Amino acid sequence: MINSRFFNRSELLGFLSLLLLLAVILPLFLDVFRLNLVAKYLTYAFVALGLVMCWGYGGILSLGQGVFFGLGGYCMAMFLKLEASSVANTKIQSTPGIPDFMDWNQITSLPMFWKPFHSLTLTIIAILVVPTLLAFIIGAAMFKRRVGGVYFAIITQAIAAIATILIIGQQGYTGGINGMTDLRTLNGWDIRTDHAKVILYFFEVFVLFACIITAQFIRLTKLGRILVAMREQEDRVRFSGYSVANFKIFAFCAAAMFAAIGGAMFTLQIGFMSPSFVGIVPSIEMVIYTAVGGRMSIFGAVYGTLLVNYAKTMLSESFPELWLFGLGGLFIAVVLFFPNGLSGIWRDHVARHIDRLIAMRSSKSKKAWAIKSAADGAPAE
Amino acid sequence: MFGDYSIGDLGAIFAMQGFAGLILFSVYVLMALGLAIIFGQMGVINMAHGEFMILGAYVTWLTSSFFQSHLPSLFSGYFFVAMILAFIASGALGMLVEWGLIRHLYKRPLDTLLATWGLSLILQQAYRSVFGAREVGVELPQWMMGSKQVTDTIEVPINGIFVMVLTLGITMVVAYIMYKSRWGRQVRAVVQNRVMAGAVGINTEKVDRYTFGLGCGIAGIAGSAFTMIGSTGPTSGQLYIVDTFLVVVFGGAASLFGTIASAFTISQAQSTMEFFMSGSMAKVLTLLTIVAILMIRPQGLFALKVRK
Amino acid sequence: MLIGHQPKEFLLAVEGLTVSFDGFKAVNDLSFYVEENEIRVIIGPNGAGKTTVLDLICGKTKATSGSVQFRGTELTKLKENQIVQAGVGRKFQTPSVYDDLTVFENLEISYPRGRSVFGSLMFKRDAAVRERVEEVAEMIFLKDRLNMYADVLSHGQKQWLEIGMLLIQDPDLLMLDEPVAGMSVSERVKTAELLNTIIKNRSVLVIEHDMKFVEDIAHKVTVLHQGQILSEGTMEKVQNDPKVIEVYLGH
Repeated sequence: MINSRFFNRSELLGFLSLLLLLAVILPLFLDVFRLNLVAKYLTYAFVALGLVMCWGYGGILSLGQGVFFGLGGYCMAMFLKLEASSVANTKIQSTPGIPDFMDWNQITSLPMFWKPFHSLTLTIIAILVVPTLLAFIIGAAMFKRRVGGVYFAIITQAIAAIATILIIGQQGYTGGINGMTDLRTLNGWDIRTDHAKVILYFFEVFVLFACIITAQFIRLTKLGRILVAMREQEDRVRFSGYSVANFKIFAFCAAAMFAAIGGAMFTLQIGFMSPSFVGIVPSIEMVIYTAVGGRMSIFGAVYGTLLVNYAKTMLSESFPELWLFGLGGLFIAVVLFFPNGLSGIWRDHVARHIDRLIAMRSSKSKKAWAIKSAADGAPAE
Repeated sequence: MFGDYSIGDLGAIFAMQGFAGLILFSVYVLMALGLAIIFGQMGVINMAHGEFMILGAYVTWLTSSFFQSHLPSLFSGYFFVAMILAFIASGALGMLVEWGLIRHLYKRPLDTLLATWGLSLILQQAYRSVFGAREVGVELPQWMMGSKQVTDTIEVPINGIFVMVLTLGITMVVAYIMYKSRWGRQVRAVVQNRVMAGAVGINTEKVDRYTFGLGCGIAGIAGSAFTMIGSTGPTSGQLYIVDTFLVVVFGGAASLFGTIASAFTISQAQSTMEFFMSGSMAKVLTLLTIVAILMIRPQGLFALKVRK
Repeated sequence: MLIGHQPKEFLLAVEGLTVSFDGFKAVNDLSFYVEENEIRVIIGPNGAGKTTVLDLICGKTKATSGSVQFRGTELTKLKENQIVQAGVGRKFQTPSVYDDLTVFENLEISYPRGRSVFGSLMFKRDAAVRERVEEVAEMIFLKDRLNMYADVLSHGQKQWLEIGMLLIQDPDLLMLDEPVAGMSVSERVKTAELLNTIIKNRSVLVIEHDMKFVEDIAHKVTVLHQGQILSEGTMEKVQNDPKVIEVYLGH
C-alpha cells in the first residue's frame, strides 16, 4: 500500500537520468582526461552517499569521513605500492623489495602490518573491514554513552586531525606528507594507460550504482524508517523497544564503508593517495557535497558532488581566489536558504509541476501528493 | 635517555619545558575563554572562532605599524591600544555575524557548525586578499624583549611572562562578567530558559548578540596576545580551532574553571611529552588521550549532574 | 528470578526508590505496589515528582537507590529498550510521534517484531502486521488517515497516535503521562472511551490533573508531594484526607 515499489516515480527518474549521464553521455562526450576528472569526483560521491545515510537519515554528522576515505585509499595504495616495489624494480635501493619511502627512512624490512597487502583478496577485505571496524569502535564508544550531535561532530573532527598528523609523522610506514605515489599496476595490469582509465571509470560507475541500490534498499526497510524516526524522536524510538545506539552504529559503519570504497576507487583512478584527503578540511568539504545535493537524497548526493567539484575545478583553474569565497558562501547559503539542497529545489519547484501535469492528464489525482511528497522530509534538528 | 644530563640540567630542562607549556596554556585559555562563552553558555558552535582571533592579530599588526611610522615616541605602549582595537574589531564583526547568520540557526546546532565553517573560509580568503599569504610578525617594544634570569640555568622570556599575566587578568575579568555581574546572570538566564527569560523582561535578542560579540571580542584579544609569541598568517586560526574545542569540551562545556583546568592539563601534557618524542607524536598522543577520555566521560571533566 | 516472593503477586513493586539531582531529592524513598489489571492514577501538585517516577520506572532516569520490580525482574538494572521488551510501555507528556513518517509507519515501528538492527533490515510488512496496524488505527480513530504524514494531525490525534503506538506494543504495564492534557472536550470524551477499551487485560499507571477524568478511571489513587507519598487509596478516601486538602488548598 505504501511504497511497495523499489523506486517511486521521481526516484526512478533520478536513477535513470543519473545512469544515462554517467554511463552514456559523459563517456561519449568527454576526453579521457576529463572523464578521469569525473571519475575522481565520483569517488567523493561514495562518501556523500554514506553521509546521506548517517547524517541525512540518522542525524549523525560526522566530520571525519576523510579518515575512512583515506583508510580505504591507503589499503588499496599499499597493495599497489608493494606490487610496484618488486625486487627487480627497486634493486638500486639499499634494501630492495620494499617501498621506496621506507628505504629513504632507513627501514630495512617490511613492517608486519604491510604483509597482508601482498594479496589482492586480503586487500579487498581490508578495504571493507578496517574502516568499518574503526567506525564501529568509535560509534560503539560514543553512541552507547549517548554522545551525539555537535559533540560527535567535534570528536570525529579531532580524529581526522589525529589521523593526518599520524600519517605525516610516521613517514617511514606511510610515505608521509607526499603519500604513496608511483603506483603502476594491478595484478600486472597497467592502470596508468588511457584504456585502463576508461575501464576503471565504468567499473567505478558500476560499483557506485551497486552502492546506490544498497542505500536505497536500506532506506526502504524498516531500518530506514527507524533512522528517520530516531532523528526526530530519539526517546520515542528507545521506548518502543529499540537500542538506538545500535542503529546509529549501523548507520555510521555503513557510511564509513561507502567512504572507504570511494577511497579505494580514488587510489585506482588517480594513482596515488596522500594525507591531504584525510584531514579536517577535505572531511568537511565532503559534507558540503551532501548538503548541496540534499542531505536526504541519495541521487542528490551524487549530483551535488559532481556539481561542487566541477565548480571547484572551473573556479580554481581560472580564479583561484574566488573559489574559497564561493565554497564558503555555499556552506552558508545551503544552510540558510536551501536546507534540502538541490533535491529540495527540484522537489518544490520542478517535480511539483511535473506531477500536476501528470495528475491533470490522468485526472485521477491522488490525495497523497497534496499532503506531502513521500520522497523526502523536512530537515532535521 | 637521561644519561647525558646532570640532575641540575634536567631540572632546568623540565622547568623550561614547563614554562613553554605555560605559554601554550595561556594561548589555549585565551582562545578557549571566548569559546567557553559562545559554546558553553550559548551552545553555538563557532568554527570561525580562530579567524576572529586572527582578525585581532592583524589589527595588532596594523596598530604596531601605525605607531612605528607615525607615533614612534609612544611605541612602547602601542600594545594596549592594539588590544582595545582588536577587541572592538572582532567584537563588532561577531555581532554582525550573529545578526546576519547565527540568530537564524539557534535551533540547528549542526547547521551552525557548517555555516560558521563557511564563514571561516571566507574570512581566510579575505585575509589572504588583503594582507597577503605571507605570515606577518609584529615588532615587540623594547621592554618586552629578552628574558629574565631566574637561576643561572633557568631563564624565561619576558614576552611569555607578559602573555601569562595578560591571560590571568582577562580570565578574571571574564569570570567577573559571567558570574558576578547582572549581565552575566541575564546570559545564564537566557541559556537556561529562553522563553522564561523573555517573559521576565530580558531582551533575549540583545543578550544573544552581545554575548556572541563578547566571545568574539575576547578571541580578538587572544589574537592580539598571540602576536607577542608568534607570527600571523591567514590560516593560523584554523591550526588551533580543533584543539580549542577539545579544551572546552574536555573541561565540561559550561564550566569556566573546567576550561582553565583542561587547558592546563592538555598544554602541560603536550609540552612534557614533546621532550620525550617528536612534536607530532606528542600531539597525536595528547589528542588521542583526550578523545579516549571523552569517550569514557562524555560530559567532560567538570560537569554538573542535572535532570534532562 | 524468584517469582511470587512477595506476600501478594504484584505486577509492579516499587520499593525505597530515591533519585537525587545534585542533592535535591526529586523522589525520596518512595514505595508503592500495582496489581495485575489495576488502574492506578498518580496525582499531586507541580514538582511533586510524578513524571520523575515514570522516568525512573521506564529507565529514562537512573535511580540513586531503591528497586523497581516488574514481575520479579529488577528494572533499575536494565536498559530502556530492555524494559520495553519486558513489557512496560510509556507515553510522554508532549505527544512524541514521528512527523516525517505516515500514521501507518508510526504504528508499524512500534510493532513488537524485528527490533534488532538485523531484524529491522529483514522485517517484512506481512498480513499480520497490516491487520494489526489497521485494527489499532480503528481503535484510535485514525483508520482513514493511515497514509497521512503525522505532522498534519491535530494535537489530539497525535496523542491518540502515540497511545496507539503503545497499544500495538501490547505492554503489560502501560504508563501514561497526562493523556488528556491540551485536548478539547469532545476529544477528552473519546480518549476516556479509548482508555477504557485499552486498559483491559493490563495494568495502567496514569498521571493526570483532570479530576473528573481521574474519578472516571481510577481504581486507586496515589498522591505525591515533594517526592513522597502523601496519601494512597480510593478516590473517595484520598479526597477526604486532611493532608491532601492541606497540600491542595493551603500553602
